[in-house]
Amino acid sequence: MVAETSAPKTTPSIGEYLKNNIREYGLLVALVVIMLFFQYLTDGVLFRPVNLTNLILQNSFIVIMALGMLLIIVAGHIDLSVGSIVAFTGGLSAIMLVKWGIHYSIVVPLCLILGGLVGAAQGYWVAYQKIPAFIVTLAGMLVFRGLTYLILQNRPIGPFPKDFQSLSTGFVPDFLYFLNPAPDTIVNFFSLVVVVALVALAIYYGLRDRRTNEKHGTENEPFAFFAGQMFIIAAVAIFLGYQLSTYKGFPNVLVVMALLIALYTFVTTRSTIGRRIYAMGGNEKAAKLSGINTERLTFYTFVNMGVLAALAGMIIAARLNSATPKAGVGFELDVIAACFIGGASASGGVGKITGAVIGALIMGVMNNGMSIMGLGIDYQQLVKGLVLLAAVFFDVYNKNKG
Amino acid sequence: MDNIILEMRGITKTFPGVKALDNVNLKVHEGEIHALVGENGAGKSTLMKVLSGVYPAGTYDGEIHYDREVRNFSTISDSEHLGIIIIHQELALVPLLSIAENIFLGNEIATNGVIDWKQTFARTQGLLEKVGLKEPPSARITDIGVGKQQLVEIAKALSKKVRLLILDEPTASLNETDSDALLKLLMEFRKQGMTSIIISHKLNEIKKVADKITILRDGGTVETLNCHNEDISEDRIIKGMVGRDMEDRYPPREPKIGETLMEVKNWNVFHQQHRDRQFLHDINFNVRAGEVVGIAGLMGAGRTETAMSIFGKSWGHKITGEVHMHGKLVDVSTIPRAIEAGLAYVTEDRKQLGLVLNNNIMHNTTLANLGAVASSGVIDDHMERKVATDYRTKLRIRSHSIYQETVNLSGGNQQKVVLSKWLFTTPEVLILDEPTRGIDVGAKYEIYTIINQLAAEGKGILMISSEMPELLGTCDRIYVMNEGRIVAELSKAEASQESIMRAIMRSGEKH
Repeated sequence: MVAETSAPKTTPSIGEYLKNNIREYGLLVALVVIMLFFQYLTDGVLFRPVNLTNLILQNSFIVIMALGMLLIIVAGHIDLSVGSIVAFTGGLSAIMLVKWGIHYSIVVPLCLILGGLVGAAQGYWVAYQKIPAFIVTLAGMLVFRGLTYLILQNRPIGPFPKDFQSLSTGFVPDFLYFLNPAPDTIVNFFSLVVVVALVALAIYYGLRDRRTNEKHGTENEPFAFFAGQMFIIAAVAIFLGYQLSTYKGFPNVLVVMALLIALYTFVTTRSTIGRRIYAMGGNEKAAKLSGINTERLTFYTFVNMGVLAALAGMIIAARLNSATPKAGVGFELDVIAACFIGGASASGGVGKITGAVIGALIMGVMNNGMSIMGLGIDYQQLVKGLVLLAAVFFDVYNKNKG
Repeated sequence: MDNIILEMRGITKTFPGVKALDNVNLKVHEGEIHALVGENGAGKSTLMKVLSGVYPAGTYDGEIHYDREVRNFSTISDSEHLGIIIIHQELALVPLLSIAENIFLGNEIATNGVIDWKQTFARTQGLLEKVGLKEPPSARITDIGVGKQQLVEIAKALSKKVRLLILDEPTASLNETDSDALLKLLMEFRKQGMTSIIISHKLNEIKKVADKITILRDGGTVETLNCHNEDISEDRIIKGMVGRDMEDRYPPREPKIGETLMEVKNWNVFHQQHRDRQFLHDINFNVRAGEVVGIAGLMGAGRTETAMSIFGKSWGHKITGEVHMHGKLVDVSTIPRAIEAGLAYVTEDRKQLGLVLNNNIMHNTTLANLGAVASSGVIDDHMERKVATDYRTKLRIRSHSIYQETVNLSGGNQQKVVLSKWLFTTPEVLILDEPTRGIDVGAKYEIYTIINQLAAEGKGILMISSEMPELLGTCDRIYVMNEGRIVAELSKAEASQESIMRAIMRSGEKH
């Protein structure tokens, strides 16, 4: 019996490649189309530097929470409590900063730890007592919302000290102002330099990966595709970076968000923990019988979610300059929708960080664009709901076809 | 002999790659108890599924004559309509509903969708009296024992005006008293003129009640014995069940057996769900280096449960006993520890328990030993790729590449991926649970070849299989299990299908 060990193909045809990766490119194309669509409908307001900055500030916390939510969904669970954890940790930070006057360098890490404990409190029931996450986090949603009302005694607390506020509303200073070639248009030269440097790095690493893949005989995407993709990403990144540099440069939260996206992309694609989460979500019993401690892994995905929700809670509180009991109401739905638009599967085991981020950006651009157009919350909800359904239908359709 | 109620002529049923039934003939006379016997996989259940319309007309070849007419059933309700009712081994009752609700489920006594509870309960009461079950119609299924549940199934069949009752292993999960009661009931029904077909492994029970015995083997009819013409001994039946030629289906091997690798001592395990019922009793066995050891037994004998309870206590509770590797006591209380101790367990159910189907070959290969291709928690892509490629070549996994999702592989290739996963953990003893189930003959030969290679490398193999020829063809030594006990240990010279069957039957009669 001879095994059909045909040499692995290194260059699939472009059409074939596109068919296999339609989900990822489709999502990116959808984001670009939606952006251009609203750019047109809002008469160019969308891409204005001020609005772009706002877009980032308004959506950073959704993106940050989507990173943790993606892991939870991939693991085969759900977390409905993140909106309440946002309010709860925001409230705690306000009490410590405003009422007790503790310095933010202590409050920030402390709140992250408290967020982790909240996640642990829920993860325990899901992982070790095998109660469905939907129920545990539904309870958590009510419990932590209630606790928020209790600790804030029904009243907003604020304003925050300036240094804490700048976590959310501050900008990265222009370290390279003395090199600025056009001070009249470019306000923050440093941010432009960083964008260009990152684009250069991305191209360098992309090319290097292709070379090592070739050396090991691994499948590469067609070069035309690689080049086209790189060109589009580079053009978009430099354009957006330029727009931002003509206003105030990079918001601090953008930096936090970018670092977290990079970290979670790495964890999901390269680390043993990430791999095990995908395996567990794909087939929990098989993962367990392969020696994976599925309980502990589930527990820590919830702890992680709690920490990210706490971070989001502080960013929101700092941005609004007050902690209110109603903060974060309904956020869990935006975060979960972002993951599903981004291609995560409700049955677990499937989903990508890049997908969740793009999903969150699609939601953000739609929110922002419709607000500029003056559409009410009624239409906004309606449109977002339909987009979510369409995105998931697209997945199901593709799956049945292929 | 003109009162034939059922005749199945030349039934042939093929599944992709397997001929499950090959020209099977079955003739059942009205008012008799007809037993259907054969080894696991002989085709008994498939034949009954053909009869009842689970496999609709057109998906098999041959004719079904029932009540002197050719019938083409396309659904179960077609056959039920004519009084053919099948009671499966796994009971089809809803545990949280009452007896009455279960009996009339899908067949409710109702007008315009409103259930007439009074009549439902009255008729249930009548049916329960017929089967001799003293429980109120309102009792929930979950609150009554398995024996009584079996009676509820029969009452349900009676409610549908049954003429031909088919029972698939009705006494497999019953104790002796319940079994006796059930058999008496069948004999009672026979007096009233009802016909039944009973599928069973318990030959002593069959001898007690059957008028005729039809023996199936490898998907074909061997013979039909008439119990009234001659005295049929159990040995006579066994001979019919197993009498096949051993073809050259197993690669040759010269065993080089070394020291004892693994020894299990006084292993006792209680049932996972029925927590006060002891399921495994004083299991003792050992596996030596370079040896292939088989565990034979019927379904439900406790073979898989033995393997799983040893492998990280993944089944059962109140587990007591010792596992020794190289003569030293080892801790197997969790799966990582069992792997650490040098064990690997290739599960019976590849798809549910073996593979992460939507992950590719590479990811599945390294799953159980991911740390070996990673440093500080970061996976080394190139090392992982090399490992997966090596195993793909070594075990001849047929696929486009190591990036193919395992869901798209054939059964044999899926099994090879599972084997790759466990070989990469470098175990000393591999437990293989039904390693060739559902895979074609060619792939089976390859799996046997891999097993031989592993034994030649000095690993110990413990192989659980329901296919006796497979055990006889590959094993150096065979343990026989029945009802949670090891009832015999047979050397290669002693082992034969007859000796294994005899060991099972004898032990069954003792309890």
